[in-house]
Amino acid sequence: MAVLEVKNLGISFGGLRAVDDFNLEVEKGQLYGLIGPNGAGKTTIFNMLTGVYKPTDGKILLDGEDITGKPTIEINKEGIARTFQNIRLFADLTVLDNVKAGLHNQKEYIYSTLTGILRLPRYHQAEHAMDERAMELLKVFDLDGEASYKASNLPYGKQRKLEIARALATNPKLLLLDEPAAGMNPNETQELMDTIRFVREEFKMTILLIEHDMKLVAGICEKLTVLNFGQVLACGETSEVLKDPKVITAYLGE
Amino acid sequence: MSFVSYLLNGISLGSVYAIIALGYTMVYGIAKMLNFAHGDVIMIGSYVAFVAINSMGLPIPVAILLSVAACTLLGVTIERVAYKPLRHASKLAVLITAIGASYFLQNVALLIFGANTKSFSSVVKMQPIQLAGGQLNITGETIVTVAACIVIMICLMAFMKYSKAGHAMLAVSEDGGAAQLMGINVNGTIALTFAIGSALAAIAGVLLCSAYPSLTPYTGAMPGIKAFVAAVFGGIGSIPGAFIGGILLGVIEILGKAYISSQLADAIVFAVLIIVLVVKPTGLLGKQIQEKV
Amino acid sequence: MKKLSKTTKSSLITYGIVVFAYIFCEIFMRTGHMSSLLKGILVPLCVYVVLAVSLNLTVGILGELSLGHAGFMCVGAFASAVFSKCMMETITVPTLRFALALLVGVVCAGVCGVLIGIPVLRLRGDYLAIVTLAFGEIIKNLVNVIYLGVDSNGFHVSMKDAMSLQMEPDGLVIIKGAQGITGAPTDSNFTIGVVLVLITLVVVTNLVHSRTGRAIMAIRDNRIAAESIGINITKYKILAFSISAALAGAAGVLYAHNLSTLTALPKNFGYNMSIMILVFVVLGGIGSIRGSMIAAVVLTLLPELLRSLNEYRMLIYAVVLIATMIFTWSPSAIGFRERYSPAKLFHKREKGVQ
Repeated sequence: MAVLEVKNLGISFGGLRAVDDFNLEVEKGQLYGLIGPNGAGKTTIFNMLTGVYKPTDGKILLDGEDITGKPTIEINKEGIARTFQNIRLFADLTVLDNVKAGLHNQKEYIYSTLTGILRLPRYHQAEHAMDERAMELLKVFDLDGEASYKASNLPYGKQRKLEIARALATNPKLLLLDEPAAGMNPNETQELMDTIRFVREEFKMTILLIEHDMKLVAGICEKLTVLNFGQVLACGETSEVLKDPKVITAYLGE
Repeated sequence: MSFVSYLLNGISLGSVYAIIALGYTMVYGIAKMLNFAHGDVIMIGSYVAFVAINSMGLPIPVAILLSVAACTLLGVTIERVAYKPLRHASKLAVLITAIGASYFLQNVALLIFGANTKSFSSVVKMQPIQLAGGQLNITGETIVTVAACIVIMICLMAFMKYSKAGHAMLAVSEDGGAAQLMGINVNGTIALTFAIGSALAAIAGVLLCSAYPSLTPYTGAMPGIKAFVAAVFGGIGSIPGAFIGGILLGVIEILGKAYISSQLADAIVFAVLIIVLVVKPTGLLGKQIQEKV
Repeated sequence: MKKLSKTTKSSLITYGIVVFAYIFCEIFMRTGHMSSLLKGILVPLCVYVVLAVSLNLTVGILGELSLGHAGFMCVGAFASAVFSKCMMETITVPTLRFALALLVGVVCAGVCGVLIGIPVLRLRGDYLAIVTLAFGEIIKNLVNVIYLGVDSNGFHVSMKDAMSLQMEPDGLVIIKGAQGITGAPTDSNFTIGVVLVLITLVVVTNLVHSRTGRAIMAIRDNRIAAESIGINITKYKILAFSISAALAGAAGVLYAHNLSTLTALPKNFGYNMSIMILVFVVLGGIGSIRGSMIAAVVLTLLPELLRSLNEYRMLIYAVVLIATMIFTWSPSAIGFRERYSPAKLFHKREKGVQ
């Protein structure tokens, strides 16, 4: 069964139809790419999937359950986590605390505010367990050496990785990556591709990503949906979609 | 008839708030800071006019001009010395500096003029107008204040719309960095804004003290805050907003004083501000800005 | 034994400073080396430290500007003073009475924090600042017009005057409008003040280093990202704001029980007080709990130590404020510091020797 199923999704801002009749089906464990020229509505779709925008029409099903129009927090609890196009880390927190913040709603680490203030045994136990889990995640991204750094002091590429680690900490069913390779040089991109592949294998994760870097898209995505002017232009296996003359025209012009 | 006369008093006080708020809203729009010293510039302006009239015996128009000139200079100096070095500092640092400037002005006035209340003599020599067979008395101060406020607002709107400097102000308040790249003299524009704001503060100070003649080093503090409230009320950055906000604030304050409780008048003003902001977080005429994800 | 973490060590140092300062002051007091002026300022010092540390929770940790902190102090002060005055005969042990009064003051201020936080925490930046200032002023003004009395029929409230309370002859007027509360027991002392400071420090420090604190700071650093990982923005904002308000209430309780007459003046509960506390927080370093504490002490003592300069002292205070901000933040001052910092000079000399 599809992890994510999107049916006839659409949104209007005033008179502008930003996304229209958008359909998508992502299978479990798939690496799915969403591509399209700037302004095609890709991030808008992510924002609808994560409850930042309320869709004007259409339905979003996660594991068969309707999550359309739910608030962001609920959607995250249901199992969608994301990263952002312009990195949004907790800049003044440490790298470790960024990931620990991601563990916020995981049952095994929850304790009350009063427990925290009084430092009851549960506090020590939960914090210890959190530290271990967070370090595990940081190791995956080779960030364990920088755990005590302030997040804003990390180099750009590592900040992007930390964002993914933080998203994974919320234990999602579906991971949305918004231009993970933006601003990276070819070496960093190559490394990122390996990491994304690794995350998929290691966590059995379903990943939907927006990307402009065609090398990355062609390299790791199994399926693609191409968006243009808010509408689906093409959809299917990566190799075929990239050969589609309509797609080439949209990207390169006439 | 008493209602109408309260209303007129309210509009008169509101016009003073509006004049201060016009200056405040411009300064805020460009410097994006709560300028706590703005109210104290009003107070200094009033003292200058007071000294010019009572001690130096200068004619009233000269005294007002002197007050305006002194405040303009003061405003630009404060900006240059205290705020300009902090252009890229944290907002809180600038706020604390403004508070420091406010304390500084208050204590300078305290040192020079003492804590005693000075009785300010009105600068308006116009006879009151009697309407409705003497039941309604419109003081000269009211007429002059309201007229001054309207003239100032129209001039400011024209200035922003038609002058090059006005366009520069809009550009700087929108995006200082981009304005600089477009060749706008950002520092000059900011200094000009402070100059205009402070000149308006001087006029407001003289008019305020003409209507409410007691002058102390702390005279300006509350009107300064209320003017900011008025500017927020109408929507920060909007000139007509500051005007409407100021008038409404004055009317609410005077009517509250007359019909509910004189001790609670300020509380009522603040309560109305809270209600407006909770219902419409950007004020009456403010623009909605949404954060992009 | 397990090695202490960096944060634990830092908070232990903070507590140590307080305990050390307390012992130091006690020795001076016992041996008669402390002037009466300084003795009189010890409890207010504790009040300011509690206020500064608690405001830092809102400004530094939550990252929202509040200019109404004195309002919450006012609520705590009056609520607890009413309680203590009513219980003067019933509870005769001063410490117990103070402990209960503290509870009353903290709860009242905390509830006010929630009630005010719900509508206003949606606003941001200067808008929030001006609205909190407004709330502080409203609270101060309301307290000034309230008349409260108690007689055999229970409590009577009026906003006009003492007569309109219409009490039985056995009645006792507790709050007399602008005259405030007179004759409430003065149950607080320096020791209680220091204990309260320590409690405040422990509460704020432990909160910051807990799951809740992490959530609050995550919201401060990036609201949208915090939401995306399932942190409830509204809940944690209100939580932080009301804990901060409750602690300000505790400071109010301490303040009220140090005076025999409690009135709400612009000077003690007005926006000027809120601003003064904010100055402590910013000068102590935003987000630094120890910094707030030290700044509160130094900046309260500074005008007192400058007393010989008389009318110039507030002027000097103002100049110190502006100069500190410019020296910390202005680009040219930062450049100057970097060039002439002791560490750098030392470094240069080392190089010269080679």
